[in-house]
Amino acid sequence: MRIVAKGLKYVYNPKSPFASTALDGVDIEIKEGEFFGIIGHTGSGKSTFVQHLNALLKVSEGYLKIGEYDLAEKKCNFLELRSKVGMVFQYPEYQLFAETVEKDVAFGLKNFRKELNEEETRAAVKEALETVGLDWNAVKDASPFELSGGQKRRVAIAGVIVTKPEILILDEPAAGLDPLGKKELMELLHSIHGGWCKTIVIVSHDMDEIAENCTRAAVFSAGKVVMEGKPSEIFSRADELLSLGLDIPVTAKCARILQSRGIKIGTDFTCDDFVKQVLALRGKGGERDDE
Amino acid sequence: MEAVHFDNVRYSYREEGGEYAVNGVTLTVREGEFVAVLGRNGSGKSTLAKLINALLEPTSGTVTVFGMDTLDEKKTFEIRKNAGMVFQNPDNQTVASIVEDDVAFGPENIGLPREEIGKRIDFALKAVGMEQFRHATPSRLSGGQKQRIAIAGVLAILPKIMILDESTAMLDPKGRREVMEVVRRLNKEQGMTVILITHFMEEALQADRAIVMHNGEVVMDGAPEEIFARSEELESYNLTLPRAAYICKKLQEAGMSVGNAFTAEELAEEICGSLQKG
Repeated sequence: MRIVAKGLKYVYNPKSPFASTALDGVDIEIKEGEFFGIIGHTGSGKSTFVQHLNALLKVSEGYLKIGEYDLAEKKCNFLELRSKVGMVFQYPEYQLFAETVEKDVAFGLKNFRKELNEEETRAAVKEALETVGLDWNAVKDASPFELSGGQKRRVAIAGVIVTKPEILILDEPAAGLDPLGKKELMELLHSIHGGWCKTIVIVSHDMDEIAENCTRAAVFSAGKVVMEGKPSEIFSRADELLSLGLDIPVTAKCARILQSRGIKIGTDFTCDDFVKQVLALRGKGGERDDE
Repeated sequence: MEAVHFDNVRYSYREEGGEYAVNGVTLTVREGEFVAVLGRNGSGKSTLAKLINALLEPTSGTVTVFGMDTLDEKKTFEIRKNAGMVFQNPDNQTVASIVEDDVAFGPENIGLPREEIGKRIDFALKAVGMEQFRHATPSRLSGGQKQRIAIAGVLAILPKIMILDESTAMLDPKGRREVMEVVRRLNKEQGMTVILITHFMEEALQADRAIVMHNGEVVMDGAPEEIFARSEELESYNLTLPRAAYICKKLQEAGMSVGNAFTAEELAEEICGSLQKG
């Protein structure tokens, strides 16, 4: 399923003194199979946008289509859409509530797929938990609150992917985790990308994370998409990003300084590629552009 | 002067003991120091922080804050006045609907006279660069602004120690920079002792000293540059290098003659130097 938005607008508290425009004409296209990144500082409209994607916010003006679902249409089957567009909120572990991990993960599935019997439900829950890297026998009867932070987050993700959504949207999936936890979480997302979930969309403040993981990304500012493209294209426009008050990856910061010293480096801004490109410059004696 | 001292401190969340979240920590933080505390989730960092301002009492061993024992109930109030704490989620730390009332909460609780509270609010909001938001509503501020208000609330009681428990985790890069700038300034200009718990290795570089916790113990303690030079040890505690340091290490491993670098600026400098040498 492809996500296409055109001229999408959204105003909170419309026609009141507190009216504030969150989306001011968003145009974006996210193709099936992408690992898409959404960047933007607080208040740029990125959360408002992703909340439209599984109809937590209804389209009030503009066009939004996901596959065959026209979200601006009142008759759109929103329940079915929501089972196909899974949403993992920030700090999803705060939303765990059931007595056991199994019950917690089964909750969403039971609501979306009422026709499943107990056995089928259990099989689906087991598969989801194993997919997020948890040991079924060890966790199924445990209270979700007894688990470690990283495990809790995995349970919360299992509770969303258990419906096998085609599109998985995650708001700051790695926030608050320790460095290894972050790394493992991104590995988990790559492992389900393409198979379990065709398309993954992450909202992230961590530019290095975007550079390392995403096929394409969009930069939100003041309710609009101001840049869209591969991370390599976006981060080569470092000055624009900085002027929007955004960060850039460490590799881009470094490349920018090198460039100011006359050392040009072409890189996709991942750490590994950056190392490769620097090593390639060696031997050329830091050859300058004009030589 | 010793701001905080831990003497063989253990703490268990279970009444019957065992499974120590903090397990035999002996540690001294001097007045005016800026200490970063690193460690994986569940390593005991937050427990350590809560032991400092008597939110938790040690199961065994002693914790003193400017010589005051945290087990001495008569001193609890005085200890908390001296050691202020800022938590992770700014929304959980807001108590009033107007910024100045929120900042006044602490000073009101310690029973200061009205004029003094006014002065404290002026000082605290100015210190965090939020004086123009005095009459604003906290819920309408950005995460970074809210967190600066939370810091102002702590500053208003004029603590000598500020403990930040992952206070930048929920912020965007701009908010994180704002908070870190305020913290660094308080440390440099006012000599505030800062204890910063963080998962961002880059933030640790701004401290004078970094401590790594693992399974409730302090396993590394030194200047951040020293700690990050011991990358294998760091990895064994589930931590990673700051990204620039990681790139630098990869370059060194490939045989490029670059010195240690920890920030993008230092890395660029090293690469430049190395390339121009040929």
